[in-house]
Amino acid sequence: MNQAKTATPAKASRSYTSTDIQQILLQARAYIALILVVAVFSFLSEAFLTPANIIIVAKQVAINAILGIGMTFVILTGGIDLSVGSIVGLTAMIAGGLINEGLVLPYFGVIVYFHVWMIILISLALGAVVGMVNGLIITRFNVAPFIATLGMLYVARGLALLRSDGDTYPNLVGRPEFGNQGFPMLGAGTFLPTEIVNGWVHSAQNAFMAGLYTFLAIPYSVWIMIVFTLIAAFVAAKTPFGRQVYAIGGNERAAELSGVRVNRVKVIVYMISGVCSAMVGLIIASKLVAAHPATGVFFELNAIAVVVLGGTSLMGGRGNIGGTIIGAFVIGALSTGMVMVGVSSFWQQVIKGAVIVLAVIVDQMQARMQERVALQQQQRLELATQTAEG
Amino acid sequence: MSETPILDVRGVSKRFGAVQALTNVDFQARSGEVMALVGDNGAGKSTLIKGIAGIYPFDGGEIHFEGKKVNIHNPKDSAALGIEVVYQDLALADNLDVVANMFLGRERIQKPWQLDEASMEKACIETLVSLSVSTLRSVRQAVAGLSGGQRQAIAVAKAVMWNSKVVILDEPTAALGVAQTRQVLDLVKRLAQQGLAVVIISHNLHDIFEVADRITVLRLGYKVKEFLTKDTTQQEVVHAITAGTLESVPGMV
Ligand SMILES: Nc1ncnc2c1ncn2[C@@H]1O[C@H](COP(=O)(O)OP(=O)(O)OP(=O)(O)O)[C@@H](O)[C@H]1O
Ligand SMILES: [Mg+2]
Repeated sequence: MNQAKTATPAKASRSYTSTDIQQILLQARAYIALILVVAVFSFLSEAFLTPANIIIVAKQVAINAILGIGMTFVILTGGIDLSVGSIVGLTAMIAGGLINEGLVLPYFGVIVYFHVWMIILISLALGAVVGMVNGLIITRFNVAPFIATLGMLYVARGLALLRSDGDTYPNLVGRPEFGNQGFPMLGAGTFLPTEIVNGWVHSAQNAFMAGLYTFLAIPYSVWIMIVFTLIAAFVAAKTPFGRQVYAIGGNERAAELSGVRVNRVKVIVYMISGVCSAMVGLIIASKLVAAHPATGVFFELNAIAVVVLGGTSLMGGRGNIGGTIIGAFVIGALSTGMVMVGVSSFWQQVIKGAVIVLAVIVDQMQARMQERVALQQQQRLELATQTAEG
Repeated sequence: MSETPILDVRGVSKRFGAVQALTNVDFQARSGEVMALVGDNGAGKSTLIKGIAGIYPFDGGEIHFEGKKVNIHNPKDSAALGIEVVYQDLALADNLDVVANMFLGRERIQKPWQLDEASMEKACIETLVSLSVSTLRSVRQAVAGLSGGQRQAIAVAKAVMWNSKVVILDEPTAALGVAQTRQVLDLVKRLAQQGLAVVIISHNLHDIFEVADRITVLRLGYKVKEFLTKDTTQQEVVHAITAGTLESVPGMV
């Protein structure tokens, strides 16, 4: 239904050329990489492609994937968020402090302990506020995103350290008399208790049923990743906001002249990244049942890596959420697989780094090829109009 | 051809620091007519249309629209009146497809929050068909792969889709070859036939004499003269552009 009348004959007969195939391969590179990684490690280790191991991989992936989702929105607008890891640390410390120490109100001489749900909401809101500060500094004061969020990287980390004077908040289980128990559920809990599921797994008639039962014990952190992914993919692809994010990355001035509220969209994008970071801070603190001020160091780099690996261009305007999730799975499968196969941790770093750089090289190749194809198309059209008009 | 101009700009001035870009300029556009705006580089053409579009305020003067005095403070105000500008660099996002570009910033929604792709696509195709833009393979292709003339056509279609009454084009043919220029000029004529007031800025007098009903000449920020195309010659207009006496300068008459 999207044909607007064809008048130029030049394009009538179009067959797949080698450039077309090259392009398809390049576009699908994240999927190809994932299939390759999975195939290699399944071959090298029998335990790799088992339901139990897939869940272990998924738990690791959740962290990078959730951060990557926020980062994808930022990078799609042509920005970058380097403060992600520090926001993870800050929110972990704030949540940990609220559980163990409560909110001290010295003037009233009281200490308020919040319900775990409140603490989660407060932490997410804090992430949004830090992201908003990033966005406002970038848009109101015209500071490059790299610089503004680099500053926030230091500030948020410093605040995380200040919160406890550098100490760890241990044993975040809450106390029955304060009514703030249950925080560890977030990182490790499952809808169905693991013991019950394990019982089913052991009594299963065959391996297939056992596998199915194992997946019933998917931890909350993975569910959170799934929910975030679905919402983010919808927002990016189906809403005016998502459309405007892509437009800003493609041509900011055009978006502005077309009436897009560019500054507002940009601020929201950093807020999304902040909320995603806060979610990860909560998951990690919950999983460790402790909050350490150094939580999340270097996480921004992992997040950027999975986004780039997933085919999103650092120049903005090109990429999608699905790619980021695949990218996170590539890194996750690679890390777990290398551990299982017994690659030394030093080599693991080297290999991961090489894969990321390779991804960017491929990204550049694809961008150049797309430009070339677009140019060829333009020239073909120009020629066609000239011959058509005599 | 209506007698009273739909857009009537009276005595506007604009100063940028030391540069007096516009001095007491009158300018009109009439529905169903093409008004050309010509002048040498730096004459103030772009400044005049940017003021009308609300990109920056004029220092003095008035804008009347459909007979009423209006205040235009920003691009939203001018768009609300029905004035659309197609800027020289077209303001298209190359990474988005034709439909997305046409509706950029004014997306239609279905259900809460969701883009109504089907209705946008339909409206987009209708607009393109009404303008006889027929060389597109698909309205779902990215703008990056379009020819210069097609891009210009999309930018124009984007401008006229919003029930606009005045369409201003800043040098729409400057970057185009002969055949592509042809397409755009035809498009400009069709806009006027559909009853819109069209303003076209161009340095190409040949093109202007082909499409314009009237020609306003600016020189050094002053309005030199308004010609009726059928009553003048290219020589006369060239003379006005390069050496015109400034009829509207106070104290120089
Ligand atoms: N934003 C601005 N700041 C300072 N000076 C400006 C600005 N915009 C325009 N000018 C000056 O105002 C004068 C008129 O410029 P304008 O762009 O309107 O000319 P023009 O007729 O559109 O020329 P061209 O044919 O080259 O596009 C020039 O001297 C220009 O340098
Ligand atoms: Mg100009």
